[in-house]
Amino acid sequence: MIEIKDLHKSYKMGSNTLHVLKGINFSVEEGELVAIMGSSGSGKSTLLNILGMLDVADSGEYTLDGVPIKNLNETKAANYRNKFLGFVFQSFNLINYKSALENVALPLYYQRVPRKERQERALKYLEQVGLKEWATHLPSELSGGQNQRVAIARAMASEPKVLLADEPTGALDSTTSYEVMDLIQKINDQGNTILVVTHEDDIAHMCKRIVYLKDGVIVEDKKVKQVRASKYV
Amino acid sequence: MFSRDTWTEIFKTIQKNKLRTFLSGFTVALGIFIFVSLFGLGNGLINTFDKFFQEDATNVLYFFPGKTTVPYKGYKSSRRIEFENSDLADIKKNFPMFLEYVTPRISRNRLVKFMEESDNYTTTGVDWGHQFAEKTIMMKGRYLNVEDIKHRTKYAVIGRLVEQDLFGSKNALGKYLDIGGSVFKVIGVFQDDGGDREERGIYVPYTTLQLIEKNTDKIDQFVVAFKPELGYMGAMAFERSLDKFFKDKKFISPKDQNGIFIRNVADQLQQNQQFARVLQIIVAFVAFGTIIAGIIGISNIMVFVVKERTKELGIRKALGATPKEVISTILLESVFITTISGFTGMLIGIALLSSLGESLSENYFILNPYINTAVAIFATLLLVLFGAIAGYIPAKRAARIKPIIALRDE
Repeated sequence: MIEIKDLHKSYKMGSNTLHVLKGINFSVEEGELVAIMGSSGSGKSTLLNILGMLDVADSGEYTLDGVPIKNLNETKAANYRNKFLGFVFQSFNLINYKSALENVALPLYYQRVPRKERQERALKYLEQVGLKEWATHLPSELSGGQNQRVAIARAMASEPKVLLADEPTGALDSTTSYEVMDLIQKINDQGNTILVVTHEDDIAHMCKRIVYLKDGVIVEDKKVKQVRASKYV
Repeated sequence: MFSRDTWTEIFKTIQKNKLRTFLSGFTVALGIFIFVSLFGLGNGLINTFDKFFQEDATNVLYFFPGKTTVPYKGYKSSRRIEFENSDLADIKKNFPMFLEYVTPRISRNRLVKFMEESDNYTTTGVDWGHQFAEKTIMMKGRYLNVEDIKHRTKYAVIGRLVEQDLFGSKNALGKYLDIGGSVFKVIGVFQDDGGDREERGIYVPYTTLQLIEKNTDKIDQFVVAFKPELGYMGAMAFERSLDKFFKDKKFISPKDQNGIFIRNVADQLQQNQQFARVLQIIVAFVAFGTIIAGIIGISNIMVFVVKERTKELGIRKALGATPKEVISTILLESVFITTISGFTGMLIGIALLSSLGESLSENYFILNPYINTAVAIFATLLLVLFGAIAGYIPAKRAARIKPIIALRDE
């Protein structure tokens, strides 16, 4: 599903360059649930952003679902993001003046799905995350956990190939975190490929595979026995 | 770009962001409203001014005969000067490039009768050009024309108050009047902004009047109208050459100030035009300033709006919005708001102006303020256009920002 070869990325900080990713080689099969771990500054978020086409690498190859991702202009990147990827952010990033339903329907709007179908599909995904009754509420009227579930529903609504989650539980307490992880596991059980960036060990162990990043290189890549989050809920 | 979906999205965004909508809408509406009002009031001021100063034409020279005070070329002083028809012909012959028209004025006080009604009125023998010299406005029928003068017709054009006095509520057109013992047919009724005195007058062809007076060719006074494009300097030069011409012809000493009197309205015209021009410049300047202020206002708000929406635009981009879609979202929204509110402000301004009418003329010298609709629409579109341009630049930048930067937590 995802193939990365010798990925490099550096940022210019004034006169210095900060070499964040120093040759990452990495692949993900369909249906995997991968945690990317590392201390802050290890480059894990940068890696995720490049995978999500929110940022571009300096060099290296990236193939997503058999499509080589290179020479992207903004329009092309936007179309790929819309077609291949779903995002979940630490700070939810919902549009604050739109209701939960409208937020979930937004990626479908950019896929030019007709209005009626958009509503139906959005409602279906809200139901999956257990928030059907909250469809007309604004993000400010929902709790953090609920907001993150809306964000997950939004990410899933466009039926992406890969779901990318950047510290999805970073802003949540542990109980809510487990609820969210439970949801992510269920989505994974349906066969969706998911990448989770986290620095919390317990969250990482709820995935099926953990990739450790340190100073821009992968230091460890191991399969783990998945801990089901439902135990804690 | 213009699908129903796009507009639904825009309407929703407008509804849910009332402050933003209000700010940009209000700025544009207020800017246009002030522009329309100021421009209209300025025009009202010019209207008042026109009314004050332009009851009669301003491109005319009035010629009055006098008495010589200096002996010249064998003629004694105290000689009475008289004008005659040949003087008019000479002007037409010698000064065609300066001339618009010439008209004599032979005024008589005559008893005028119709049926049982009768009264004394000033009856003036004139040429067709007199209508323009006096700015006579025809209410019905027509004024005297070239044919009337040539054929010495017994036609009369009477003032509004003459008709009222003699005919009451009946129509005077086509009726016959007894003017000083001769019968004239009424062919027109006029009004004049000069007031009641002028509306109690009667005009007849001067040739007819001369015929009645034993076929004389004497003229009391005459009026020479020059082309307005001569300007002040041209008018003054024209007056000097006419003065010289007539002093030569009538054997009056060049030093004699009393042989002929010429009243030149060009002096007045010069001042009038200067004043009107200054007024127009002030009005244009103020209006221009208002539009500039409006443009700056809407530009600021657009920059603020885009700044405020940076994160939202980042989210939209992460969800698959192309840069084009991001720009069109912002632009369509802003153009929509500014157009609606711009035209609202314009209509309110126009409504205010037309409701004022003459109410300000007494104390503030503003009469019938108005604005040319084309000017108002142009100003509105200008503001909308600049709002769009002011929105486009930051929108383009926002569309180019990598979503990851837009999404970064503040």
